[in-house]
Parts: sequence; C-alpha cells; structure tokens
Amino acid sequence: MEVLELARWQFGITTVYHFLMVPLTIGLSILVAAMQTQWVRTGDPRHLKMTKFWGKLLLVNFAMGVVTGIVQEFQFGMNWSAYSRFVGDVFGAPLAMEGLVAFFVESTFLGLWIFGWDRLPKKVHLACAWAFSLATMASAYFILAANSWMQHPVGVTFENGKPTMNSIWAVLTNNTALAAIPHTLAGAFSVAAAFLVGVAGWHLWRRRSNQDVWRSSLRLGGWVGIAAFAVLAITGDAQGKLMFEQQPMKMASAEALCHTEKPASFSIIAIGDVAGSNCEDVKTFNVPALLSFLAHNDFKTEVKGVEDLITEYQAKYGTNYPDDPSLGSLAGKPIDYVPNLPVTYWGFRMMIGFGAVSAGIGLLALWLTREDRIPTARWFPLLVLGGIATPFLGNSAGWIFTEMGRQPFVVVPNPSGVDGVWMFTAQAVSRLTTGEVWTSLIALTTVYAALGLVELYLMRKYIRGGVEAVMPPETKDSDKPGEDTLAFAY
Amino acid sequence: MTLEIVWFVVIAFFWLGYLFLEGFDFGVGMLMPVLARDNTERRVMVNTIGPVWDGNEVWLIVAGGAMFAAFPGWYASLFSAAYLPLLLLLLALIGRGVAFEYRGKVDSDRWRRTWDRVIMVGSWIPPLGVGLVLSTTVLGLPLDADGNRVGSAFAALRWDTLLGAVAIAAFSITHGAAFLALKTSGDLRERARKLALRLLPPAMVPIVAFLTVVQWREGTLWTLLAFGIAAVAAVVAWFRLRADRDGQAFAALGVVIAGAAVVMFGSLFPNVLPSTLDAANTLTIEDAASSPYTLTVMTWVAVFGAPAVLIYQGWTYWVFRKRIGVQHIPAVHAP
Repeated sequence: MEVLELARWQFGITTVYHFLMVPLTIGLSILVAAMQTQWVRTGDPRHLKMTKFWGKLLLVNFAMGVVTGIVQEFQFGMNWSAYSRFVGDVFGAPLAMEGLVAFFVESTFLGLWIFGWDRLPKKVHLACAWAFSLATMASAYFILAANSWMQHPVGVTFENGKPTMNSIWAVLTNNTALAAIPHTLAGAFSVAAAFLVGVAGWHLWRRRSNQDVWRSSLRLGGWVGIAAFAVLAITGDAQGKLMFEQQPMKMASAEALCHTEKPASFSIIAIGDVAGSNCEDVKTFNVPALLSFLAHNDFKTEVKGVEDLITEYQAKYGTNYPDDPSLGSLAGKPIDYVPNLPVTYWGFRMMIGFGAVSAGIGLLALWLTREDRIPTARWFPLLVLGGIATPFLGNSAGWIFTEMGRQPFVVVPNPSGVDGVWMFTAQAVSRLTTGEVWTSLIALTTVYAALGLVELYLMRKYIRGGVEAVMPPETKDSDKPGEDTLAFAY
Repeated sequence: MTLEIVWFVVIAFFWLGYLFLEGFDFGVGMLMPVLARDNTERRVMVNTIGPVWDGNEVWLIVAGGAMFAAFPGWYASLFSAAYLPLLLLLLALIGRGVAFEYRGKVDSDRWRRTWDRVIMVGSWIPPLGVGLVLSTTVLGLPLDADGNRVGSAFAALRWDTLLGAVAIAAFSITHGAAFLALKTSGDLRERARKLALRLLPPAMVPIVAFLTVVQWREGTLWTLLAFGIAAVAAVVAWFRLRADRDGQAFAALGVVIAGAAVVMFGSLFPNVLPSTLDAANTLTIEDAASSPYTLTVMTWVAVFGAPAVLIYQGWTYWVFRKRIGVQHIPAVHAP
C-alpha cells in the first residue's frame, strides 16, 4: 500500500475509534450534570446515587476520549502536512480555539469535579460539572466547524495559491456546520440514552436493590433517546438538502443514483452490487419521487445522477491528476470522481437504520416500564443491552459516509463555494516513507484494541457492581475514615 | 512588534507552560517506582497530580493547535519530519492518561503493577520526545525547498537533539522531586526533598551542555543573559531545598526552565525551523505565518482566552493546595 492509503486508513481508524468515546462522554456528562442538579435541588438520595453511578462510568470512558483526541490533532501535521500547509490559515483557527476556549475548561473543571466532592461548596461543585459538560459541547462545535469547512469551504478568498481567511464569522456560522452540530450532538445524546436504557434496564430486570435509581435512569434514557431521534431526523433532513446543493456527488452516491431523474425516486434497499459497472442491474426498492422531496422539498425537481455528475466534475476539475511525482502512482492518472459506492450507499442506510432501531428500543422500554411495571421477559435484558450498540453503529456509519462520500477530495469544491478552493486527498498527504506510516498504523491500532478491551472490562465491572460499587456502604464507627481522609483519591 | 512576532512569543509561552506544568507531573510518574515504598505511598504520589495533570496536558494540545493556526508551515514541516518521535510520544501519552484513571479500579497487585509500569514508561518517553522535537526545531533538520524532510525517518535523531531530549527529561525528574517535596507530608516528603537535592546537580549537566550548544551556535547577548539567570536559579533551587523551603525551590526550578526556553526560542528567532541542508530552505517566521487576518482573530481569542485559563487553572492549584500524606488516602475500594 502507498502512504496515501495507509494514511487514510489511519485517519479512518483513529477518527472512528475516537468517536466511539466522545459521544458517550458528551451525552453522559450533560445528563450527569442534570442528575446532580436534581440532587442539589431536592436532596433526594436517589439523585446522588444516579450522579455517582453514571459519573463513574463517564470517567472510565472520558480518559479514553481525551487520549485519543490528542492523536487527532497531531495527525494533521504528521500524516497530512501538505493539507496543513494549504489550509492552515483557516482550518487551524477553529482547532486552536477548541483547545484554548473549550478543552482547557473541560479538563480543568473535570479535575475539580472528580476531586472536589469534599473540597468545594455544593453549588460550586455543581457549577464545575456544568462547566465541564458545556465545554464538551463547545469542543464539538469547534471541531465540527473545522470539519464542515472541508465539506463546504467558506469565509476565504483564494490568494497566492492558498485559501486565505477573510471572515472567521463565516467559518463559525457555516450553514453546513450549523446543520451538522445539532445532528452530531443529537447522535451523542442517543448514545448516552441507549446506554442508560441498557444498563438501567438490565438492573431493573434483575430486581436487586436501588430499583428507584434504575427506574429513573431508564425513563430518562428512554425520553432523551426519543427526543434525540426527533432532532436527528429533522437536522438530518436539513443536512441532506444542503448536501444535495453542496456535494451532489455524495448524495447521488448515497442513493446509487446512476442517471439524472425527474422526479427522482428514493431507494430503500438494493439487491446486487451497487458499485457494479452496469448499475441498471441493481434492483432497488424505490419510493417514487421521494428523493426529489428530500433534496428540494417538492415532488418533481430533477436530481442529478452519478454518470452526469462525472462529466460535470471532469469539465470543472480536470480528467487527470497533475503529473506531479508527489502524487505517487496517481500522477497523471485519470481522476475517479465517484466515492466508494457500497460504502456510501450502505453507510447512509445503516446510519438511519440503526438510529431508528435505537429510538424504537427506547420507546419500547418506556412502554414496558409504564406505571411502575417491571419487565420480566427474558429477552428484555438482551434487547436493551444489545441496544447500547445501535447508536454507536449508527454514528460510525454516519461519519464513514460523510468522510468517504467526499472522496477524492479532502476539501470539497462546492457549486456555491469559493473559486479554486479545493484539494484532492492524494495531494494532501505528507512525504513520508511507507515504513513510518505502517509503524504508526499498526502501533496505534494495537494500542487502541488493547485499551478498548480494558475499557470494556472496567465498564462491565462497574455496571455489574451497581450503586454499591461507587458508594461504599457506611462503615462501623471503629474503622470509619478519619476527618482528614480524602473523599476521593485515585 | 508585528503580529507574527507576537505569535512566535505566544507559542514559545505555550511550550514553556507545557514544559513547566507537565514537566513536574512527568517527574512524579518517573519517580513512582523509585520513591514510593508501598501502594499507599504510590497513591499519594498519583494524587498529588491527580486533579491537575489533565489540564497540564492541554498545554501541549494548545501549543500544537496554535502552531497550526499561526504558523501552518512550521507545524506541517516539524510534525511530519519528526514523525516517529511524535508517534512514540502519542503512544506514551495514551497509555499514561488511562493508567492514572485505571490503576485503582481493580484491587489486584498485578493489575496495579502493570499500570504503574505504564505510568513510568509513559512519563519517561514524553519529556524525551518533546525535548527531541523542540531541540530539532531549534537546531534544524535537512529540509528541501518545499519544507519536506530529506533523508531517513531517523534524520531527527542526532547527538545534539538527543542531548536536548535528555536535558528536558533531566529537568522533569528534578522538577517532579521538588514538586513532591512541596506537595507531600511526612516521611515521603523528606525522602523526596533529599532525592531532589541529589538529583539537581547531575540533572544540570545535560541541561547546561545542551544550552551551551544552542547558545554557541545561534545565541545572542540576551539569550546568554537568560542562560546566566537559569544557571543562578539552579543554584538557588539547590540551596532553598537544603534550607527546607520547598515552595521557593520549586519556583526557582521554574525560572530554570523559563531561562532555558528563552535561550532556545531566542536563538531560533527569527527562524522557526532551520534547514541543515541549505540555509535558503530555512523556514522563517515570515514564510510559515498565517495571514494577518487570521493572526488578528487568533490574537483576540488569546487575549481573552489565555488569562482566563491562567485564572481557573491557578484556582485549581489553590483548591488542592494542601499537602497529601499517607493518612489522607482512603482504603482501597474497587467493585
């Protein structure tokens, strides 16, 4: 494999892996802050138990999110230095802002929250939880603003062969970002919600102690999951409409739409190879005119197909890569403007499908626990525990679709974008030896796999331990900890 | 002063903040197997940095992010050229970060021993790696006209950059010992103080040697002045430790690293990454900088953001200002 492919694999693996941790952190930190607020307001021990239990699981997961995040920032310079030079003027700004404005707050106030239980007044301690959890959302905002710029470059002029920023406001209020942010945050909440439903549902079904804690947690998770799905659907629709305008090729690929149709039908599912040379062979179950509606809000407008878009892209961006030795074996070769069709087509469907299943499980769990009922069926714990995986899968599929759908570009030229501001992924990669990138790909993947297993083991241990595991029972007077003992220590 | 120069100083400041802050928490990790006699003492050591190490690490992320935003050319060339050292650094930071969180989560000696080893290795590699990367940016790399590294993946490994790596690690371990003397109580504190006294003189050897190389090659009169101040501060630190004044000794070591940072970045100026192949390929502040508009935006962000960070991080240190001893550590509790 060449440096380009290795670097792409590494980016994909690191990003998806990071994004297994981050959504749970974001969603759970807000929910834990809300639980702690309830406790401070009402003094009800049930809410304290909820805060401690879910807070502990949050921390086990948070450590992994942080350490994989550092890799994200460094790999732009390490693997994608040509990209970094090209876009640094605009792309570096939101990244640096994330660090300076959000991540500092997040990590500092998390430390205060973990160790501050006995050191800070109740309300100050609660404020630390909110500072930390709101900063995780701010982090997401800046990172998504940076990513959205790659999808839809705005706020720049093209000068001296590079995009030069002329409006940070345009970058931070990019319509692509404004649609992506609520969508991604809702994805994060659906992860946290499914986690609550799964873990609390299992405890509730086991009928051990602290039933009130598990019932409250499950019902909170169920409602949050349903609300998150509603936001996902609405913002996903908005994102889709923008995408038809900004990256028609990505949406045509998501639909495996070969030829321009008017009105265009929406494919539910395909039988056969969507990437086959003759796409007429693919049988898809279609809903007539629905794609036109998704793209333009009416049932008759035409939607461009892959074949027609190829001709359009070739006219605008050339038929062949420049004959530049830095492009490796791609130098001078024809440009393939079509993203990997099976990945985009099935990625899009998996994103929507898993999202819907997740919300469905939340709804079912709410129904089964209505009016103090406790589910007794044997399939119930399997369903809710299995349900934990569904929003993770939906999120990952969504990211893979978004990122692979913009190939062969790293910065996508937009019909509504600034002239000249685009870059091929092949041009973005660093001049490294394959040995270096192989080393990092293998080393990072191995470490991720090993730590992933450790995290799962610890999560399982704390989940099984329940409330008692995070709140030691009152000890006898004789071996009561002294006045000086820390409330929490590693 | 142009905005480019302001940002050069800001980035030097972020790196200094990182070396100072994470320097001592690396030192604590390096000393864990040496200084502590049992698990409770090891827990005391971890808990001296427990609430702050994560915030300290963000200084590295912000130093990197600020380089990306203000000097993309510098960030891109340095990070791609120093690929393998940075990879090792990342792996070490990944392991170390989870190790603090995980080591107490299972009540088993084997489990704790494993994570203690990760903490130790993860605390040695990053200061060596950061030292190597910073000395590489000061002493230069074989760069071609496009700012890409010429030569093998190990082009950054030379005797002078390795000396820089050792210098930063030597500083970290000493700084860590002084920090433990300041933050612990009882027997542990006394041992930490004695160790700091013993570590300080030999630790100064690579630091002085490296700064001499830098000063000799690129230094100016005012970097020489900073070198002198750093040397005096090292002597002061030793006498303050001997006089049982841990806080003053810790602060004096801070002056040592600040002086060292001034020597390094002062002699680098106005370049950001010299080419050892051809002086014409050297990246200067001008070559590497973002547009004036981007720098203006970033300046506003820093003007409001940086003081806020200093205030709330300072508050954290205030909240957790008490010394910790074995009597403060609660019983092991893992489900």
